[in-house]
Amino acid sequence: MKIIVCMKQVPAGTTAEIDPETGAMKRSSAATRTNPYDLFALETAIRIREQVGGTVTALTMGPAQAEEMMKDAYAMGADDAVILSDRKFAGSDVLATAFTLSQGIALLGGCDLILCGRQTTDGDTAQVGPALAEYLGIPHAAWVAEITGVSETSISVRQDLVSVSQESELLLPCLITVDKDINVPRLPSYRLKKATEARPVKIFSYKDMPEQDMSKFGLLGSPTNVVEMFTPKPAEKQVEIPGSNGSEQAQALFDILTAKKII
Amino acid sequence: MSFLKFDMEKCTLCGVCVRQCPFQGLTIESDGIQVNDKCRLCKLCIKNCPQDAIILEQKSDAFDKSEWRDFLIYAEQVQGEVHPVVSELIGEARKMAAKAGFKVHAVLAGGPGTRENADRLLRWGVDTVYVYEHEELAAFRSDVYTDVLADLISEIRPCSVLIGGTALGRSLAPRLSTRFHTGLTADCTTLDILENTDMVQIRPAFGGNIMAQIAISHSRPQFATVRYRVLDRAKPVEQITGKVVIRPIPERMMDSRIRVIKAEPIKRVRTIEEEDILVVAGRGVKNENGVELCRKLAEALGGQLAFTRPMVENGFGDQPHQIGLSGRTVRPKLIITCGVSGAIQFTTCMTGSECIVAINNDPEAQIFKVAHYCIRGDLFDVVPALTRLVENRKED
Repeated sequence: MKIIVCMKQVPAGTTAEIDPETGAMKRSSAATRTNPYDLFALETAIRIREQVGGTVTALTMGPAQAEEMMKDAYAMGADDAVILSDRKFAGSDVLATAFTLSQGIALLGGCDLILCGRQTTDGDTAQVGPALAEYLGIPHAAWVAEITGVSETSISVRQDLVSVSQESELLLPCLITVDKDINVPRLPSYRLKKATEARPVKIFSYKDMPEQDMSKFGLLGSPTNVVEMFTPKPAEKQVEIPGSNGSEQAQALFDILTAKKII
Repeated sequence: MSFLKFDMEKCTLCGVCVRQCPFQGLTIESDGIQVNDKCRLCKLCIKNCPQDAIILEQKSDAFDKSEWRDFLIYAEQVQGEVHPVVSELIGEARKMAAKAGFKVHAVLAGGPGTRENADRLLRWGVDTVYVYEHEELAAFRSDVYTDVLADLISEIRPCSVLIGGTALGRSLAPRLSTRFHTGLTADCTTLDILENTDMVQIRPAFGGNIMAQIAISHSRPQFATVRYRVLDRAKPVEQITGKVVIRPIPERMMDSRIRVIKAEPIKRVRTIEEEDILVVAGRGVKNENGVELCRKLAEALGGQLAFTRPMVENGFGDQPHQIGLSGRTVRPKLIITCGVSGAIQFTTCMTGSECIVAINNDPEAQIFKVAHYCIRGDLFDVVPALTRLVENRKED
């Protein structure tokens, strides 16, 4: 089975610099890590390969620095890694990102199964997976909690949709976004790290894309645009709870909450 | 923008393009080949046409916004009941519709019994409720539901489509916005509409304490998702004026590459969204001992303990108890945050709370910007002291 795992490098901390002009995130300076949810997707892919055979390719759109993340993917067990990187891709929203990834997948000759994390920790939208499935015209299942079966033509999954636990069979090719806790991602192995040291990470740019229409990529291809950024207003009435120690502060808060019938 | 054009001089209606299209985007009609909204512009038809009768035309972005009118609300059902977020979306849409001179429509899609929920939506002031009822729609399947909604959107051409930011809504909305090659703004916290019918969509931006205003100015419809408990619920109308329209379901609309094997209800537990009192443990509680102190306070108050994302990542809590963009949005009567720094991804999902108390030993912590009551002190002293006071009160 040919499996592609979509991954993303995200800021390591909770703060990131925003370009006031475009509203896009500046990624160059900040420390980064692999989006933690993507590790569950990669682990799922590797386990499916171990079960039925095939290849696992890690795919990302981002700056060339994503190579570091891809090396880690190799050390976890990915066979191949591809970065779609071009200044023309900068400022992509959901639609442009999904389109670019679909182009990358076309470039790789398609696949049987695409795995994504449930969402990223920076954008937090959880939209790119389903949007990518729509671009490829394939079915998807989001928030998958368990893979219940894999065959040559289909995959069965269990999703916990808040009040319903649903088990479905999807015909391949299809896309699945996996929930946290579907498995415990393995740590990068030292042996694989050494063995894959010389294995290159492929980088493709705009000129490699099958579709040579610039208006479909990056900021140009993004129907949403940021009008302005602003700091939210602080809470209307703020009260400092007095007290020189914890007990006094607790007493002062308790008195207020009781008087206001909040507790 | 580009689209397909058929040279009818050359076309012999051989049907090769219709059969080759991987997306069922083409149909043979009495007046030639028609392109529908499933077309992805993959150009396979152009390559395969034996007559070279298909051309790709590029056209400048000259669409007419005035052709796209009214609001459409996706009325999600959970086990046969309308999800409460629907009333919130309707309430907000009615406010905007009044400004723009628009109507508010809603769409129900589901299994047998779906029609019965339409009357409830009418009471909230919806002008038209469109109903798609079919046994095959009883369980959610991403491809079929997308086809159903796309069918209605193509028909009524709404200016905006509002969808609840639920597990199901967040799976459906991006497929739809992609099908219509338009924008989707996730997790809006405020919505408004301008005179030119562009929505003003406010949502938290990545990192830092920043909000972003997002516009979808050059395409329609405008898609937005809003989480449950972010907006105010719709008030019922005194007199129902809306109507119900049952939509036909052609068999091919139920074609799917997904087969539901089984669907079972999950046993209901009181979720943190439904709780009146929440205590939140953030990174400042440090360890299991700190978490226990917070849990005792939550128990004494008769509420639940919730967590920030780093705490869940470190295994102190689980996803259903996580507050934030990657977790849940809450609006309790009282929320006490302990050792929470207050990143925007967290605060966005709890600022609707009636009373916010922040306990943090960092006097500059972001959380104090949203708190009503600020305790700049050590939670390891304050929390146990507060717990004792609450417990003793109960004994009185």
